[in-house]
Formats: sequence, structure tokens, C-alpha cells
Amino acid sequence: MATPSPRFNPIRPAGFLLLFTGWVLVLSALVLLPNPSARAGFTAAGVGVELLGLVLVVRSHIAPKPERH
Amino acid sequence: MTTPVLSESQTLLCAASLLIAPLACAGLALINSGLGRARSAAHTMTAAMCAIAVAACVYVVCGRSWQGFAGEAARTLTIGGKSWNWIGAVPPFLSGISFDGSPALLAAWMGMIAVGLASLIPLGTGSERWRLASICTSTAVLAGWTFPLFAHWAWGGGWLAQLGVNYGLGAGFVDVGGSGTIHVVGGLTALTTAWLLGSRRGKFGFDGMPAAIPGHNGVYILFGSLLALVGWTGLNAAGALLFAGVLPGRLALIAINTLLGAASGALGAAAMTRVRFGKPDSSLTANGWLGGLVAVSATCAFLPPAAAILIGLAAGALVALCVELFELHLDIDDPGGSISAHAVGGIWGLLAGGALGRFPGGNSGQVLAQVVGVATLLGFVLPMTYGLNWLIDRFQGHRVAPDAERQGMDLAELGAGAYPEFVTHTDDFMQR
Repeated sequence: MATPSPRFNPIRPAGFLLLFTGWVLVLSALVLLPNPSARAGFTAAGVGVELLGLVLVVRSHIAPKPERH
Repeated sequence: MTTPVLSESQTLLCAASLLIAPLACAGLALINSGLGRARSAAHTMTAAMCAIAVAACVYVVCGRSWQGFAGEAARTLTIGGKSWNWIGAVPPFLSGISFDGSPALLAAWMGMIAVGLASLIPLGTGSERWRLASICTSTAVLAGWTFPLFAHWAWGGGWLAQLGVNYGLGAGFVDVGGSGTIHVVGGLTALTTAWLLGSRRGKFGFDGMPAAIPGHNGVYILFGSLLALVGWTGLNAAGALLFAGVLPGRLALIAINTLLGAASGALGAAAMTRVRFGKPDSSLTANGWLGGLVAVSATCAFLPPAAAILIGLAAGALVALCVELFELHLDIDDPGGSISAHAVGGIWGLLAGGALGRFPGGNSGQVLAQVVGVATLLGFVLPMTYGLNWLIDRFQGHRVAPDAERQGMDLAELGAGAYPEFVTHTDDFMQR
């Protein structure tokens, strides 16, 4: 039997999508930008998108107080 | 990429290092058991044994063929005129390897130990509520797919290792001792486990405040930490010989840096808990020791000793802070502190090691190569491992029944406790 989980939270898949999108941005920076400073900036932007996604995923797992075990 | 060649002395030293490396697994299993309650101690140790067994077998069956080794057959894509080596393509069951002490054989041996160690990391987080059958399935997925895939990228001549050759980023992604490949992969699996399992019953009260559930044996925790140091030194030495091509003369530096990382990590955590709580906390100090070990492992062959101390100190303090942050503010119930010590410590070590290390080909672009590796762990490995473990939870179920959790995992899942002659009182487990 699956672990009982709180109701579906649409923020969660959105957060995972942002995590993956940030990684794709980092890869794109490597492939598309030969200039080192532009590549570093674009990579930083990708990591920023990933951090935003991580925050969303973490927040989506914090249960409202009455639902805690 | 050509297959590295090891001299006779390198081969002997690598084999000797790998002989002591399993002590890291023994140490981590003891730590996990000591940090749990007495009524689940036998279950925790049995789960560790089963996880190592499943990991070793699955890795040999198929994991090693995805991981491969530099210079062996692999699948590649050409993107932007550069070759992206993304997955190994060697035969399963270790067939195709010559059993004559070749580097590929030693790398397969190291992979078996490394994947066993990675599989123990989520056990500390899921302690006291994670079913044994589900542990075995999750470990099979980790050993058969998640770990080998990232290990190929970092250790098997994959695209992360080739960032230096293809894009001029220093020496490429450097992860000599497995900070990312073993510990962040294991730590992120632990994080997904914590999310999917939820907290232990009674951990959070109705007011949202976490209850302290202390571990049952501080001696296990501290002895396990000391034992882990021995195994870790072997693992770091073997990794440096196999994946970084260092000469035997560097092994003393690797051992010194490994010890310094552990020592400064413990001191950092002890100091942080002394400042915050008035007294040093022994289990958090042990977690700081582990965090320091994890953090220096990435670049232990290329760090000046002063940098190893700095990285370890910061890792220990960071681990102590993160354990509190995760429990108090993020509702993450992690009895073993695995997410803080392994995921956070590993990410810190990869980044700081890239900035402070002295690499053979120069440091230009090295930090960016490390950032790309960390971005891959967060942006690819975390969503993938969450999805895979979510599927296991849907079809098999991760969590034991509430009654079994009240009874204790030893009796519920194994039918016998770890300490049958002791009378234990269970009033610490009343529903709040």
C-alpha cells in the first residue's frame, strides 16, 4: 500500500520542471556560448532557476499544521 | 578517451586501499543504527546488510555496464561539434573484463563498494518507518541505474569528466573520492525518501514543533564515525589512483587531507552546537565528522592541507545548522542527519574544492566545471530519483503500517528485537 500523502499540490511538479529547466539552461550555456563570461553568466542564471525550483519543491512538501503526524 | 594504465605499484596500492574501503560501509551502518531507537536497531542493521547485498549484485548484473570506464565502449552524441559521452555500453555481469588486475577491474571493484556506501545513506533518513522490501527495491534502482549513470559521467570518461577537453573548463568535473557520485546522489535519494515517507509518528506535535527522539547508542555513533575514517581513506586513495591518475607519492597527502577534513568537520560542528545550545552535541559532532569527510573527498588529491581544514570546518558547521533547519523549518524528519552530512556536505565540498584546489592543468574554469556537476545533480538526478522512488511507493509502498511503527520495526518486520534480554519502555512513543 502506498504511503498516505497529502492532497496533490500543483506547485510540486512545477518545481521539478523548474529544476530540470535550469539544468537544460546550464547545458545550453556550454553548447551555445563560447565566450567565458557569457557562459558563466548564463550558467549562473540556470543555477538560479534550479534554486527557485528547489524552493518550490521544498515548500510543497511542508504540510499544513493540522495534517502533520 | 584512452584507458588509463596503472603501474604495478599503483595497482598494488589501489588494491590495498580497496581492501579497507568496506569499513566505510560498516561505519555508516553503525552510525545509522545508533541514531535510531533500540526497538529498530536489528532492522536498521539488517536493512544495511540487505542494501549492500542488493547493491553489489545489481551493480554487477547491469550497473557496471552503464558505468563503464574511461576508454571502454560507450554511447555518444555529437552536439555542437563536440562528442558527449553519456552512457557506458559494456557487457553485463562483468563479462569483457580481464581478471588480471586491470584498471577496469579495479574500477568495478571500487564501484561495488561505492554503490553499497551510497545505498546506506537513505537508510539513515528512512529509519524506523521504511519497509525492508521497499528498501531493497529502491536500492536496486539506485545501484542499477541512478548511481551508474552519474558515475559514468564523472568517473567513466563521460561528458562531465570531459568538460576540460571539450570546453576548456579546467580538468573537467573533478570528484576523486565520490562527494558527488556517492554522497550527493545518496543524499538526494535520502531527501526524496524523507519526502515520500513523511515523518515518524510522534515526531511533530499538533503545534508543529518537533519532538526530540534521541538515538539509542552514542557509542555506536562515535565508533562508527572512527571506523568510517579508515574506509574513507581507502576509498579516496583508490579513487585518486583510478580516476585522477595521481602517482603513489600523493597518497600521503590524500590520507592527511581526509583526516584533516574529518577532524575539522567534527570541531566545526562541536563549536557550532556549543555556541547554539551551550554544550557540544555528540551526535551532531559525529555528523560534522562525516560532513567533513564527505566535503574533502571531492578534491582530496589536489588540496593544500590548510584548504582541507577550511573546507572541513565550514562543512561541520553547515551540517549542524542544516540538521536544525531541516527539522525545525522544513518538516524533514531525518533521524540519521544523512541529507545534511551527505547532500549538503557533498555539494559544499564539490564547489569549495574547485575553488581552493591546485589542479595539474591549472585552475581556469574549474569552478564552472564543478558548478555544472552540481547543477546536474540538482536538476537531473533529484527529479529522476524522486520520480523513480515515487513509482516504487505507488506500486509497492514505502511505509510500514501504523501498528508496526508503534510496535517497532524489529518485532514488526523481523519478529525479534536486537536486545531481547533488555526490558524497554515505550512511553516515549505515545501519540501526541
